[in-house]
Amino acid sequence: MKDPTTYFPGDSLNEADPPGLSAFRSSRRAFIKGVIASGAVAASSGYLLSGCAPGEGPAAGSVERLISLNVNGRIRRVDVLPNETLAMTLRYKLGLTGTKLACDRGECGACTVVIDGMTNYSCSTLTHTVGSRSVRTIEGLEGPDGELHPIQQAFIDELGPQCGFCTPGQIMSTVVLLERNPKPTRDEARRALSGNLCRCGAYDHYLNSVMRAAEVI
Amino acid sequence: MAYSLIGKDFTPPDIRGKVTGKAKYAEDFSAAGMVYCKMLLSPMPHAQVSNIDVSDAMSMDGVVGVLTADDVPAMDGAAQAILTNTPRYVGAPILAVAAIDETTAADALEKIRYDIEPLDFVLDPLQSLYPGGTNAQAAGNVASMGIPLQEIKWTARDFASADPDQFPMTGKAVSEWSYGDLEKSFSEAAVVYDESFVTASNSHHSMEPRSAMSYWENGKCFLFGSSQSQSFMIPGLAAYIGIEPRDLVYIAEYCGGGFGSKGAAYPIMALPAHMSKKIGRPVMMRISRAEEYYLGSNRAGFQGRVKLGVASSGKVTAVDLYIVQSSGPHNGYPDFNSAAGAVSICYQPNAMQYRGIPILTNTPPGGAQRGPGQNQIAMVMEPLLDKAARELGIDRLEIRRINAPNNDTIFGGRQRAVTSAYQTEALNKGALAFNWERTKKRSGERNGSKVIGVGVGQAYHSAGAAGFDGLVRIAPDGRLHIHSGIGNLGTYSYAATSRVVAEVLQCKWENCVIERGDTRKHLPWNFGQFGSNTSFTMSRSNHAAAMDARQKLLEIAAAEFGGSVDEYDIGEETVFSKADATKRLSYAQAAQRAIDMGGKYAGHEIPDDLNPMTSASAKAIAGSGLIGVAKDNYALDATPPALAAGFMVIELDTETGRFEILDYNGVIDCGTVIHPLGLASQVKGGAVMGIGLATTERIVYDPQNGLAANVGFNQAKPPSYLDVPSTLGTDAVNIADPQNPMGIRGMGEPVMGCAASALICAISDALGGHYFNRTPIVPDMIINAIAERKQSHKPLQVYTF
Repeated sequence: MKDPTTYFPGDSLNEADPPGLSAFRSSRRAFIKGVIASGAVAASSGYLLSGCAPGEGPAAGSVERLISLNVNGRIRRVDVLPNETLAMTLRYKLGLTGTKLACDRGECGACTVVIDGMTNYSCSTLTHTVGSRSVRTIEGLEGPDGELHPIQQAFIDELGPQCGFCTPGQIMSTVVLLERNPKPTRDEARRALSGNLCRCGAYDHYLNSVMRAAEVI
Repeated sequence: MAYSLIGKDFTPPDIRGKVTGKAKYAEDFSAAGMVYCKMLLSPMPHAQVSNIDVSDAMSMDGVVGVLTADDVPAMDGAAQAILTNTPRYVGAPILAVAAIDETTAADALEKIRYDIEPLDFVLDPLQSLYPGGTNAQAAGNVASMGIPLQEIKWTARDFASADPDQFPMTGKAVSEWSYGDLEKSFSEAAVVYDESFVTASNSHHSMEPRSAMSYWENGKCFLFGSSQSQSFMIPGLAAYIGIEPRDLVYIAEYCGGGFGSKGAAYPIMALPAHMSKKIGRPVMMRISRAEEYYLGSNRAGFQGRVKLGVASSGKVTAVDLYIVQSSGPHNGYPDFNSAAGAVSICYQPNAMQYRGIPILTNTPPGGAQRGPGQNQIAMVMEPLLDKAARELGIDRLEIRRINAPNNDTIFGGRQRAVTSAYQTEALNKGALAFNWERTKKRSGERNGSKVIGVGVGQAYHSAGAAGFDGLVRIAPDGRLHIHSGIGNLGTYSYAATSRVVAEVLQCKWENCVIERGDTRKHLPWNFGQFGSNTSFTMSRSNHAAAMDARQKLLEIAAAEFGGSVDEYDIGEETVFSKADATKRLSYAQAAQRAIDMGGKYAGHEIPDDLNPMTSASAKAIAGSGLIGVAKDNYALDATPPALAAGFMVIELDTETGRFEILDYNGVIDCGTVIHPLGLASQVKGGAVMGIGLATTERIVYDPQNGLAANVGFNQAKPPSYLDVPSTLGTDAVNIADPQNPMGIRGMGEPVMGCAASALICAISDALGGHYFNRTPIVPDMIINAIAERKQSHKPLQVYTF
């Protein structure tokens, strides 16, 4: 068939990786250690979405455990595999899809959530290591009647997001920043959010949002 | 002209979803019984796969299906197939497995047995052009959009005609044009520069990987994808799936970044549709970051040579440009041609010759990336113009003013006119905000090992098209529904251009509903969110539909109260008699009258010149209100340009080669400003991407094995918060364009190129005017230049660290 990629007249890590790439990767020692600690032997498929099919049991031989997670102030009972990341549990077991996966290897911060007042890359956190600590996600910011958190409102007022994919992570980092340092300088805000990548380059507007939020909180 | 909505900030309706996490991107959807697929990607840059045996995989618990190249359409020419047994880059999808979960699918991939035989591969386009050089595809080494797959080799004599470190200018091109008397114009130049150059490919790396989910229901294919366009990609996507466009339900409410890589239909999005059809279950295809690197396309790299002649007055007299493009193994995108057009418009040479040739390479497929061609060449040309300015003793801002395009500009091989152009005004505005006169004096200022560099850069992209359709509806409850098929890239211009309808119909923005993001919303045939076109193109088609609705409102009032339509006017969501204000229908009443009157008023009769997609959508909503529907037939007899100027000052550390950007100002000439905050966000975001393009981003390949060296974000180095200033200055010329009903032009791409070239010029300035012949300029290149050492790469080498 003809190429359907229609001409638009402007002017006229994982198994998917080929061999040979490992030399270029940064170490994820803490993550691997966590995998070992949790009893999982094979860590290679840790990124994969496993045992999530409705009505299907988990993969044979896996070390299944029913645990309680404190998410956004509610205790949630959930089946968690030993090698399951918090991002997977939140997105695919608890339906909290506001937490995004953009790299799944701790490089970009799109999956940032708050655990006991600390920012955390949920793609690189094993759910089993969370224990009784409280997890806060983007879905936990709105008030009971759906009123926006002042940080969310500030991100709207300053037109913070562009494509929006990194926005939940940016906002969760802002939550932690303003809890610890309610009146940050712009440079402090910039450093606090520097673990959150934005390919649209909306950094300036995000910082405007953070500074506006700091004024009203 | 004073508008009540145009030029004012507003809250776009989709932003709340972005800050609450409720915005649904493709991977956030699910369906009952959904299974997951994983792909087997080629480990080799060029190979032949045979004897695929899936029996062990299929016998595994939880595996529900395998899709191979035999299950998907084969492609003509150099086009990329969804799956292939002849992979032409590392990461090319060979087959896919669907299973109840991804672990099972991945385990099943391990159980598939197949033979894979490596074939010769090529990374360097010039090597493919050598006599007897390798072809990236067996059938040829040259192809692009509109250029059929063919084999072209240059002769040994061609290569011998130039010094080994220089780009040879005598080889055969497939794309060429010229105007003016080149020889005479070069003879009129006071200075002539002749430079070979390389601009690197870089990956798009959209934050949202191109995950997709699909299922079939009642003969229709439902597909949830990530794309910059909505209506425009339907025909192509339907073709990949092998169905009629009317049988495709395409849902794309949000797009987590595209930058050109998700502009039109792309093959991998159709994979879950084929898999779902084969196994009869919904299929989710989650794309990993590494897969996004391979499948998400990259900007074409250039090897080339430019000869530039400048008169003692500063006027550019002549340009001779030759570009060899590294396209990836498939059709790629014709950056090379766009680059030539940009040179012609930005510098207005009296004579210009252009030749170009796109070469297939066994690297991931090339695709349009924000300012494809224009932004690479800006980084080549702008520092060269500075060289001329220095030698001729002309201010660097002044030499740009001397050559700036204006309303009389004619450019390119076809000698096209422009709708309007105010680059001098953009330069002047930027210079004022940046305080050019004072700041330029800081050039060369030293503080220990640090030195100040000041740069000004420019870039261009065309900024709009014509001929698409608009569709609006006033419902019997009085609300105005604006149907937009333009897509949602994240620039908010889908919403800003919808406000044109509200402006024309004098409707409160709170009473407007934008219908978008889903085929079932009955969308018109629109262009997509790419090519800096949305603001120009979509405001025209929306204006046309709004004017149609306005006319119908007046006719309905005339029918109701008597008299002719010119005795009536609209205002405050009513249509009324200018002579007797008691003769008045609210929009709600008028919509009900339209339904009662039927015919064209309710959309039962529609214009003949509409695209079939628009006709079908208009018919689907016919009888539900007052329907405004029209094709954009407004005159367009020239190219609407987007022109940008960027000003930057940096402090460069001569011991480390690192620099800090101290100040940046970007100014865009884009006609009437439609959404100030959105515009500022684009100018700043474009600058951030431009900083990456100029100094950190490039794809790197191991020449021995053809393996990618920088797949993830960490190695690809898109700029972070700490790589860019925390405050960036922006402005716009804001002079209306005569060929848009509201004076609007597009702007998204040159705002990147002007920052990239301003940074290249600032680095060059910090080093006393050193011309690098290569982008990105990385710290070791700067250190070598300072130490007057040879660079670690050969001058025309590509895919280097």
